[in-house]
This record gives sequence, structure tokens and C-alpha cells, in this order.
Amino acid sequence: MLELIQTLGKKGLDFFERLGRACILFTRILGGLHTLIPRVGLVIYQIYSVGVLSLLIIVVSGLFVGMVLGLQGYNTLVDFGAEESLGVLVALSLVRELGPVVAALLFAGRAGSALTAEIGLMKATEQLSAMEMMAIDPVQRVLAPRFLAGFIAMPLLAAIFSAVGVMGGYFVGVGLVGVDEGAFWSQMQDSVDLYDDIYNGVIKSVVFGVVVTWIAIFEGSDSIPTSEGVSRATTRTVVHSSLAILGLDFVLTALMFGEI
Amino acid sequence: MTDNDILVRTRDLSFKRGDRVIFDGVDIDIRRGSVTAIMGPSGTGKTTLLRLIGGQLTPDTGTVMVDGKSVHELNHGQLYQLRKRMGMLFQNGALLTDLNVYDNVAFPLREHTDLSESLIHKLVLMKLEAVGLRGAYGLMPSELSGGMARRVALARAIALDPMMIMYDEPFTGQDPISLGVLVRLIKLLNDALGLTSIIVSHDIKDTLSIADDVYLLSGGKVVAHGSGNDLNNSGSEWAQQFLKGLPDGPVPFHYSAKDYADDLLNGKPGRAQTRM
Amino acid sequence: MNTRIVEIWVGIFIAAGAAALFMLAMKVSNLASYTDDEGYTITAKFEDASGLKVRSPVAMAGVRLGRVTDIKFDNISLEAIVTMRIESQYKTLPKDTSASIYTAGLLGEKYVGLEPGGDEASLKQGSRIKLTQSSMVLEKLIGQFVAQFLNNDNSDKDK
Repeated sequence: MLELIQTLGKKGLDFFERLGRACILFTRILGGLHTLIPRVGLVIYQIYSVGVLSLLIIVVSGLFVGMVLGLQGYNTLVDFGAEESLGVLVALSLVRELGPVVAALLFAGRAGSALTAEIGLMKATEQLSAMEMMAIDPVQRVLAPRFLAGFIAMPLLAAIFSAVGVMGGYFVGVGLVGVDEGAFWSQMQDSVDLYDDIYNGVIKSVVFGVVVTWIAIFEGSDSIPTSEGVSRATTRTVVHSSLAILGLDFVLTALMFGEI
Repeated sequence: MTDNDILVRTRDLSFKRGDRVIFDGVDIDIRRGSVTAIMGPSGTGKTTLLRLIGGQLTPDTGTVMVDGKSVHELNHGQLYQLRKRMGMLFQNGALLTDLNVYDNVAFPLREHTDLSESLIHKLVLMKLEAVGLRGAYGLMPSELSGGMARRVALARAIALDPMMIMYDEPFTGQDPISLGVLVRLIKLLNDALGLTSIIVSHDIKDTLSIADDVYLLSGGKVVAHGSGNDLNNSGSEWAQQFLKGLPDGPVPFHYSAKDYADDLLNGKPGRAQTRM
Repeated sequence: MNTRIVEIWVGIFIAAGAAALFMLAMKVSNLASYTDDEGYTITAKFEDASGLKVRSPVAMAGVRLGRVTDIKFDNISLEAIVTMRIESQYKTLPKDTSASIYTAGLLGEKYVGLEPGGDEASLKQGSRIKLTQSSMVLEKLIGQFVAQFLNNDNSDKDK
């Protein structure tokens, strides 16, 4: 029994030690961001690597999620004679929750793990060390551009996810199942508020973007420089990011939508 | 030797990793323009020494002076200025994998200077020519053999015309031809460019063939010091075992274990612990 | 990776993201109503405003004229004070307009329905609607119905 408590204590201390190192890294990255102003090319390349290459999975997933929402939503609403509200259901679900959250989860799995693996590998092959010895700060040169790219790409991806999802819901609802097109859009427009819903959704995706990219970069640069260490770090990125996204989602939702 | 002749000097250098003592009062002088070899068995901390000289690690006690400056008392900016004048060749080259050979060599030039692309072009080609790889400028690091990668890394290390180059195990795992090339290059560049070279290695024959000065490290201390000839005549038994590559001596063949007969007759058979 | 291709793709990506945000803002949300002017505010007191929410629509003749902006409690008259913002283009609503709380559809949301009176003067900023009818609460309706039923029963017995 005592051993269990001891393990708990040790895990707790380890967690805070890692969190501390992660915060130090975060501060260093923020401090190095200003050096990117003359070096936009670095950031652009990272946006390509992290954003553009995630487009396919985001668009396909968004489409399917939207279509499923359309189908399931219709099946439930038709029992109440409320199938004309399908547009409202699809749009609000996507913009408030599914867009930011699912896009962030997909981002963590695809781009986050890739970032961790790339940085971990650079650490294992001493590339980061070599840069230090060439008097180039790897935090500024390697980590900061990737962080900024994640920060920019995530909200865009979430918006694309939501937009494609709404179109998916439209195709299924109006095209397939026969909901009235006018009602679909007009009820949606009546119920979705620019500030309460869309703006809050964007804020969520920005927060998620920061957290996922931060975790991915930290795990990569903190990894043990062996192949086993890098693969474990990659797994940790996906797991920790997912937990963080879902946990933060609850907190943000409670803050933003709690009073309605 | 006047102080001006010494480029790198460590005094009473001590460093621990956790409980393990890596260095315990190490004094090393490295003369300008010389090729100095730091040798010893694996795990003695030879790479650690290079990291201490380069300021990536801080010693527990003692000083490291490079070109008259105490490395660990420099602030961030001064340290980075000093590093621009040091070149380092890592064990596997440590080329940036997403850049080709040309961009790798151009990297320090682009980062630290405002030279025009045409000037950089000439410089890069000159450095590549010096290591014999000018024709390979367009290849990616993944397309290079180990020996070629190290030569490109060498070209990168001399890109900013440093005052010294540190070589971390440059001869390990090389085929005889690559080995010959590297040995020749190190000596040639050292003399032609007026560099000071520090080679960390445990390869006796090739290192001694070009080293002017050799330090033998073991157990965290300097066990022997001198030119190649001095060492061959040194009285230390351990140095003799090391230099001649004898399988048994002060460093025993057998890992410490119980009495053999006892183990065979009375020892309990057990499953080996798998640690995966 | 050719720099030009990279930059083109990043440009497309950012444009697509911006387009998605724009589409969400325009087609999906009620951005249209935000571009409207401020309009004017009127109030009305209700005995019972159950189910009415801020941003519930305010309509006359089935056309949405504005939205509910605030619902407060009056400590003196112990009634609900509902504040509504009417779009400024609707400036001919008579002073004696009445307001009732209706339900849109059977399970739909509550909204404020306005019925015109005959006064020549119009409602303007700060006007108060005097005639109001509270929302129908299901329990009260059932209670009324049951009471009515019992009443009829009794009067039948008396005969």
C-alpha cells in the first residue's frame, strides 16, 4: 500500500518536473519569435509541412462527420417533427464543438506526431547539438518556426473542417433526405451567432493549436536520443495532446457556453 | 610554452554525471597549430570533454580557457561569438537532413554572414573542393556514404574559417580508404589553414600517425601525456595495454564474477531477466 | 522541396482557411443582422415570461422586427420586464401595440408576438408596451383544463 502512495508521489513529482521544463521551453520559444520576422520563409515552409499536408485528412473527416451529423440528426429530429431544424443541429455541433475538437485531435495525430518524430530524430542524430556548436540557437531556428506554424494552421484547419462539415450536412439533409433547403439555411442563420458561436469556436481552436504544438515540440526536444526514445515520445505527444484537448474543451465550453 | 601558444587550457577540470565521476582534476594544454589527440577507452568521457570545451556543459570545478577566455564565464552572446570560431565534426556528421550538401555547407554562412549568394556559392565550392566533394554538391545527406557525410560535415565545419576544429571519433567505423582520406584531410587542413585540431578517438594507429601531442585519459584522470614516441616508452602498464591493444592486463578480460568452479557446481539455474 | 511550390500551396491553404471562416460567418451565422443599425429599444412587462430568452425573436404579422435584449425582474410590481430592440426601419408601430409571448410550433422556442393597435402615434426609443399577455405554461393550462372539467362535472351533478 505504501508503495502505491510512493509511486503516486513520484509520478506527481515527475509530472511537475516535466511541466516545468515544458514551461521553460515555452518561454524560450516565445522569446525567440521576434527573430522570425525577417525569416518568414522558415515559417511558410513549416505551415506547408504542418497545415497543407493535413488538409486531406481534415477535409475528408469533416465531410464525413458532417454527413453523419446530417443523417443521425435527421433520424432523431424527425420523431419530433422538427427536421427543419437540421441545419441548426449540424451547424452548432460543428462550429461550437466538433470543428475545433475533432480537427485538433486529427492535427495532434498527424502533424503533432510528425513534429515530435522530426525533432526527436534531429536530437538523436546530434543535428541540434551541431547547430549549437555552429552558434545557432536551435530553439530559434528549428522550434520557433514550427510553433508559429501550428498556431496559424490550427484555426484555419478547424474552420475548414466546420465549413466542409456543414456542406456535408447540407448534401445529406437537403440532397439525400429531403429537408427543405430554405428552412435548412434560414433556421441555421437565425440560431448561429457570430460572436457566441463562431468566435468562441475560433478561440477554442487557437488554444488547442497552441497546446498541441507546444506538447509536440516539447516531447520531441525532451526525448531520449535513441530510436526507442523517439517512438515513445511520439506516442506521448498523441496521448497527452488528446487528453489536453478534451480537458481544455470542457473548461472552455463551461466558460463560454456555461450560462446559456 | 608561453601562454600565447596555448589555445585551449583546462585546469583542475572536474565533472560528474549523477554519481559517476567523469573527470577528476584534469589538466590539458592544447598548443596552437598542433594536432592534439585525446584518447582512452570507450565511456571515458572524451566526447564530454569536447562539450565542456565548447560550453555545452559546465564543469563542476576547474576552468576551461579557450583563446584566453574562460568559457563558462561568458554570457550567451559572447559564448556564441566564440563558437563561431570553433568548428566541430560530430561522429556521424550531423548534417541537416532536409538540406542538400550545398545548403548544408552554406548553412553557417547564410546564418552568420550577410554575404551575397554568389559569394557564398564560391565559398561553398571552395570548401567542398578542399574535402574533395565539389561534384557532390546536389546530393541529399541520405544519399551519402558515412565517409562522404563526414567530409561534407568537415567542409561545413571550416566554412567560417574557424581557429580550431574538434573531431569526435572521426575514424570510427570507416573503411580503409575513407580512413586514409580523412587522416590526410585532417592533417592537410590543419597545416594549410593554420588550424588547431583536437581529435578524440580510440583508434591508435591512425591517430598517432598525425598527432603531434597525445593525452591518454582513464578513470577521469590524465594517465599519460606526450608525443606518440613518448607514450610508447611510457612506464604505465595500463598505457601499454591500451596502446598495444592487449586483451588482458590492468583492464581485465573477465567481468567480475564469482568463482568459476563454484558457479558451475553450486549455482542455481535461473531465467535471464528480459528487459525490453 | 521547390520553394515556389511550397509557397503556392501555403497560399492556397491560407486562402481556403479564410474562405471557410468567411463562409461560416456569412452563410451559417446571423452576421446579416449585425450589419444592421442599432434600432430602438422598447420595454414591456409580463406576469409570466417563462421560456422567453435573450435573443428570442420579436415579430409582428409573422415578420421578425427585432430581438429580446434583456429580461429583468421588477421588485415593485413583481413582474418580468422584457427589453426588446426593434430595427429602425420599423418605425410605424402604434403606441398601443400589444405584446404576447407565443410558442413557435409545438416544441419550438418562445417569441414575442406584437399586435397592432390603432393609435396614430408610434413607438419610439424607450416606449413601453402597456398591453401584454403572458406565455402559456403547460402546467397552468392543464390545471385550468382539469378545473374546468371538474366544474362542469359538478354543475352536471347539481342538475
